[in-house]
Amino acid sequence: MLSRISLITMGAVLLVAGTATSYADGSPVLDRIKERGSINMGHRESSVPFSYIGDDGKPQGYSIDLCMKVIDAVKAEIGMPDLKINLVPVTSQTRIALMANGTIDLECGSTTHNLTRRKQVDYLPTTFITGTKIASKKGSGITEIEDLEGKTVALSLGTTNEKAIKRVAAQNGININTIMVKDHPQGWLALETGRADAYASDDVLLYGLISKSKNPDEFQVTGRFLSYDPYGIMVPKDDSTYRLIGDTTLADLMRSGEAEQIYNKWFNPGPTNINMPISDTLKMAFEIEALPH
Amino acid sequence: MNYNWDWGVLFREPYGGWLISGFGWTIAVSLVAWTLAFTLGSVIGIMRTTDSRLLRGIGTCYVEVFRNIPLLVQMFLWYFVFPELLPDDAGMWVKREMPLPAFTTAAVCLGLYTASRVAEQVRAGIDAIGQGQRNAGLAMGLTPAQVYRYVLLPVSYRIIVPPLTSEFLTIFKNSSVALTIGVLETTAQARQIEEYTFQGFEAFTAATLIYILVTSIVMLLMRLIEGKVRIPGMISLGAR
Repeated sequence: MLSRISLITMGAVLLVAGTATSYADGSPVLDRIKERGSINMGHRESSVPFSYIGDDGKPQGYSIDLCMKVIDAVKAEIGMPDLKINLVPVTSQTRIALMANGTIDLECGSTTHNLTRRKQVDYLPTTFITGTKIASKKGSGITEIEDLEGKTVALSLGTTNEKAIKRVAAQNGININTIMVKDHPQGWLALETGRADAYASDDVLLYGLISKSKNPDEFQVTGRFLSYDPYGIMVPKDDSTYRLIGDTTLADLMRSGEAEQIYNKWFNPGPTNINMPISDTLKMAFEIEALPH
Repeated sequence: MNYNWDWGVLFREPYGGWLISGFGWTIAVSLVAWTLAFTLGSVIGIMRTTDSRLLRGIGTCYVEVFRNIPLLVQMFLWYFVFPELLPDDAGMWVKREMPLPAFTTAAVCLGLYTASRVAEQVRAGIDAIGQGQRNAGLAMGLTPAQVYRYVLLPVSYRIIVPPLTSEFLTIFKNSSVALTIGVLETTAQARQIEEYTFQGFEAFTAATLIYILVTSIVMLLMRLIEGKVRIPGMISLGAR
């Protein structure tokens, strides 16, 4: 009996609180953030240098820095400067489901923005552009995907790269053996131990893997881009009021040049020595996405 | 929850086909592993009940090593570390030329792991009979091998049917660990469908139903066997 009464009371309180703070144009995400008094930020643990656990045990990286700016704007919008940030670790397998079921309010990692995913989630403007390339041992004679005829390539389960390699191979009638691996470190291990002749992934991640390998001089990243992978911060679907806060923040950062500064902090040369100056394509994307007020 | 349900995805090509192929791999890995586990596990279990200290020692070492290392770690060790310990040519053969490298590794690894668990049950079954019957058999002039063949094993296997059923069920569920070395079994295929369509809830629901179906069939089968081989008045019925 007691529990039923307290449930009803709780429900009533929530209802009152809900109506009192509801946004005129209806933003379920802002409402739940305000009710909770905290925002749930999804982050990756080893997407270097986008979103990874630093030496201090806290997530850091390019995407995290950009997300913090968005969160600052959310704080200002709902008038809660001391809004708590809950850090929720996600993986490439859990990120979409956790966003769809409302566990996280934004995802700051290295997630490709594509139209199939948009059936479940929404994205802020593109903040990085990469694509599928091939890593192999130097002297293996592999440069393009055509050179993989009859050879073995390792592919990470459930990535856009896996789809890209299979699609291009099927289109051009190239006969490639594939072995599936669980994650990037295992893909790299397959290449290093000779189980596979090549490992295909986003070029930026391949450069990161090479820079961390035992003999960086032995490996190469080659070939044309086999897919186009624009990264974006993921937000819940069907809440344009909430998304507008993010769009505005990023547009401001891109217009003022601050986005490029944050980019340089992480990539040029960056704390992990990845040494990737900003590409002309990304620079152009920043210019286009810097919409005026 | 803001989720776009679409159960149709399970019946669309190629996704429906993926699930079926995943089901096939789950069954294949599990059955090959179970054959190995049951055979080797019986041998090791019997070794642990013999009078020979050497055989008992080997059996104990095997069980302790394979039972105490997490399956996930064993899978990794067999797939990535084991070939590196072999001479170059043999290592290359394991990595490249062996038929279905990932499948074979997964089935062998799962089989060896489960064998350690089966061995413990076989040993427990034999121990449960007690020293009396063994001594009686020997006193009648049977050789130790005959004592096992005609006295101990027929009873002990009947005793351990229920725990063996659990092991047999577990092997189907443990076969999902094979996805970590790239065997595209049911769980891996569910993940693939999620990555291609982002209808993860539907895919995993389907995978769950597949596992329930398989384990229900196994349970029925084992119950049938249990009933078929039952000998009235035996120890296993005493508890009923």
